[in-house]
Amino acid sequence: MEFNYLTTILFLPAVGAIIIALISRKDEALIKRVAAVFTGIPLIIAICLFAAFDRSAGAAGVMQFEEKYQWIASLNAHYHLGVDGLSMPMLLLTTLLGFLAVFISWKVHDRPRQFFAWLLLLETSIIGVFVSLDLLLFFIMWEIEVIPMYFLITIWGSGRREYSAIKYVLYTLFGSAFMLAGILSLYFTTGSLSIVDIGNQGLGMVQTMMPAAAIFWLLFIGFAVKLPMFPFHTWLPDAHTDAPTAVSVMLAGVLIKMGGYGMIRLCVGMFPGPAQQYAQILIILALIGILYGAAVTLMQTDIKRMIAYSSISHMGYVLLGIFALGQVSLTGAALQMFSHGIITGLLFAMAGLVIHNIKVRDLRKLGGLARQVPIITVVFSVAGLASLGLPTTSGFAAEFLIFLGCFNSTAVPYAQVYTIIAIIGVVLTAGYILWMLQQAFYGPVKDEFNGVKDADCMEKFYIFVLVAAIMLVGIYPAILTDVFKLGITPIAALFGS
Amino acid sequence: MNLVLFIPEITLAVFAVLVILLDLGVRQKNLLRSVSLAGLVIAGGVSVAMWGGSYSPLFNNMLAVDNFAIFFKMLFAGIAFLVILASSDYIEKFSRFQGEYYALILLSTLGMMLMAATADLISLYIALELTSISLYVLVGFLKDRKSTEASLKYLLLGAIASAILLYGMALVFGFTGQTQLGAIAQSIQAMSLDNILASPALLMGIVMLIAGFGFKIAAVPFQMWVPDVYEGAPTPVTAYLSVASKAAGFAIILRVFYSAFGIPDWLSMNWGIIFAALAVISMIIGNVVAIPQTNIKRMLGYSSIAQAGYLMVGLATLGFAATSSVLGQSGILFFLASYSLTNLGAFIAIIAITNKINSDDITDFAGMGKRAPLLALALTFCLISLIGMPPAAGFMAKFYIFSAAAQNDLLWLVVIAVLNSVISAYYYLRVVKVMWLGEAASEEKVPSSGAPRLALFLCCLGVLLLGIIPGLVMKMAEFAGKLFAF
Repeated sequence: MEFNYLTTILFLPAVGAIIIALISRKDEALIKRVAAVFTGIPLIIAICLFAAFDRSAGAAGVMQFEEKYQWIASLNAHYHLGVDGLSMPMLLLTTLLGFLAVFISWKVHDRPRQFFAWLLLLETSIIGVFVSLDLLLFFIMWEIEVIPMYFLITIWGSGRREYSAIKYVLYTLFGSAFMLAGILSLYFTTGSLSIVDIGNQGLGMVQTMMPAAAIFWLLFIGFAVKLPMFPFHTWLPDAHTDAPTAVSVMLAGVLIKMGGYGMIRLCVGMFPGPAQQYAQILIILALIGILYGAAVTLMQTDIKRMIAYSSISHMGYVLLGIFALGQVSLTGAALQMFSHGIITGLLFAMAGLVIHNIKVRDLRKLGGLARQVPIITVVFSVAGLASLGLPTTSGFAAEFLIFLGCFNSTAVPYAQVYTIIAIIGVVLTAGYILWMLQQAFYGPVKDEFNGVKDADCMEKFYIFVLVAAIMLVGIYPAILTDVFKLGITPIAALFGS
Repeated sequence: MNLVLFIPEITLAVFAVLVILLDLGVRQKNLLRSVSLAGLVIAGGVSVAMWGGSYSPLFNNMLAVDNFAIFFKMLFAGIAFLVILASSDYIEKFSRFQGEYYALILLSTLGMMLMAATADLISLYIALELTSISLYVLVGFLKDRKSTEASLKYLLLGAIASAILLYGMALVFGFTGQTQLGAIAQSIQAMSLDNILASPALLMGIVMLIAGFGFKIAAVPFQMWVPDVYEGAPTPVTAYLSVASKAAGFAIILRVFYSAFGIPDWLSMNWGIIFAALAVISMIIGNVVAIPQTNIKRMLGYSSIAQAGYLMVGLATLGFAATSSVLGQSGILFFLASYSLTNLGAFIAIIAITNKINSDDITDFAGMGKRAPLLALALTFCLISLIGMPPAAGFMAKFYIFSAAAQNDLLWLVVIAVLNSVISAYYYLRVVKVMWLGEAASEEKVPSSGAPRLALFLCCLGVLLLGIIPGLVMKMAEFAGKLFAF
């Protein structure tokens, strides 16, 4: 029998969480080392899988490293894991950020045992979402993620953390309530819980037994809350702002990507009819998200809140790319998810560093830090420029593909007009990023910040990894797009491109 | 007639009497506990051994021994076992009356086992009263003001519910001339539609039966007794009441409505609609009113009303699917098993905590994450299961029961039910928040003895297993649901 790589990746963090729970609470160093080991091994395996991934044209739409076992006979549910071109990079991203999150939270000294246990459980559930090929398993993983997030925000958060945490939970559960209804109707119209089977052959049955559009919308609401799509976005600024740094990184980096992933895999992949029918409405919502998100970002003064709002704008590009329904735009959307994950992950990590070292989070009170903390300044600038889509960074590659694909889209009328409107967002992005950099790091030097610490060795390590990733994807995006393409091609084929 | 099939019930009756007799002579009260536990183990063990047999009538078709009944016998024996284990510390408060406590628990368990097995309206009523009267006394066991008030309230409202139930039975009997469930069904099927509709007696009777049973399962609008009784009763009795009594109520509803009123389809549709409506208002009222509660027992009281609502989604499914599918029944059975473990687990943790802090106020649970980490963790897990989040059993139970409803065109009901689960997250998580984030009033640890710990461990283990690998119990529920036709 083959070695179950995906199961290993999936459950190693959870095993690590259990081991951490058994360590004495006083042994902080050991706790953190165990956390690093149990997130590091999954990362190494994920990198190996990525390298071994079959990139030939014949692998388009084929699940690789598949594992399938009978799970609950009464429900026809299987323990079914596998990755295709769409989920493989997401798996890589999750394990990467999960590993770095341990180092980002190296300075957590309040109840470290619980903190790292929850962090590792969170990683398991997110990985689970990306590798599950059974709807029940997918939904369970999707739901489990809520519990660690709730604890991580309420206990280790800042500001109005209790409010933010419960808001996050209620929004997520509200979305998944509809998603559950959608999954149940999908189950009973096709008799199957397998994502692969429904995607391949179940569609005809769906359309005959129940309006496919109804199921499409039920599922879509669940993903839209997570993405988040305007008007379901209001939980995001609160949760991001009040969460501890590593959790903001995971939240912005991979959690909200579950929404985009779900939309591509389930909504668009299974319901091409309704997706095309309602594409225009959703694109308009995407445009509102892009422009509104960017405009609100311009108004922010809290450094973390600012990055949080910028995520709403950037996720708008993802939504735009998805519902332009073309091969290139979908690939761009997928790449944007990955790219936003590392860029915003880095931005949040740096913001966390600023807040930790300088103890100020209000942009108006910061200023002139370039001399005092040069490393933080440079890296923050790199991440910021990547975020506004400067060429040679991953942000450029992703946004360029989205705009190109959207402009050329044949599936949606007036796509060109929408593209041009969306591009206005880029200008706004440049505005707020440059304003933020200028406020925080440039201008006259402030004496009260003399002697604040710059990034230390540990911090340089994760900074370096993320910057390298941003540059690598920016200079050679094919390393990811070649893989994404394999997952996107069969979906895009549904719309004739 | 084969009395061997009656061994679980006989065992319980004998042990109940034995406990009372021993209580007269024995100083060492722990012995009473061991004896009652032994009785439950024997009764449960015999039930397990009987699993899988075919349908056999007892006492002139008064009782039925089938897998459906045996499923519930195992469930009730298990619940009573856990409750007795959990009350080991609490029992000190009853000082002189420990023997009576054990005996009454055994007797009410006996009553519930009979309820699950009744095949006749008369035996049904006797079983119901045996259960109820034992429970009335148990509720008043603390003998303080609140407990006495709770007991009296329960007694008075219970008596009214019984009266309504009897009236309903009388109407059904008057209409069909039968008391045996199978005979009632045959008599209804023999009549033409015009004949049935010529007189409102049958439908009136059914509505009154629903009202009478609704009291047992605490469905809105028959729920008035719940908050006060839950708050006033000794906590182990509240735990027992909230799971066993509810399960027995659902057992009897399933049996009566499926066997006697399952055919013709239009009739089952009619009571299916009533249950759907009751489900909606129970879920909404239970969940919304639970939000402002400050007493944890009251809060769980309202939560149990909401849980009855989720269960009634299964009953509505049963009405809509009629005889064509067993998913409604098996969904309810599985939900009851998981709900029993979950709610018992929550209550056992609460018993252990409140025993030390002497308060049921949610605010007094502050800092339990530090003072009693394991208890707090277990309680958190059970509350998460009550919300219906994976990986706990509550999720699988809801998924299973809602999937049955979705299959029978009740998707609207499913959406309402799932949205209600979202509301419930708010008040369950409030308790979690208080325990892990609140400032502890004192640093003192909260001790608990071995027996409740064992019970709590068993509950949590069960909740986790049912949440991850529910296959076996689902199979059993399907098997039990399939075979209970006449």
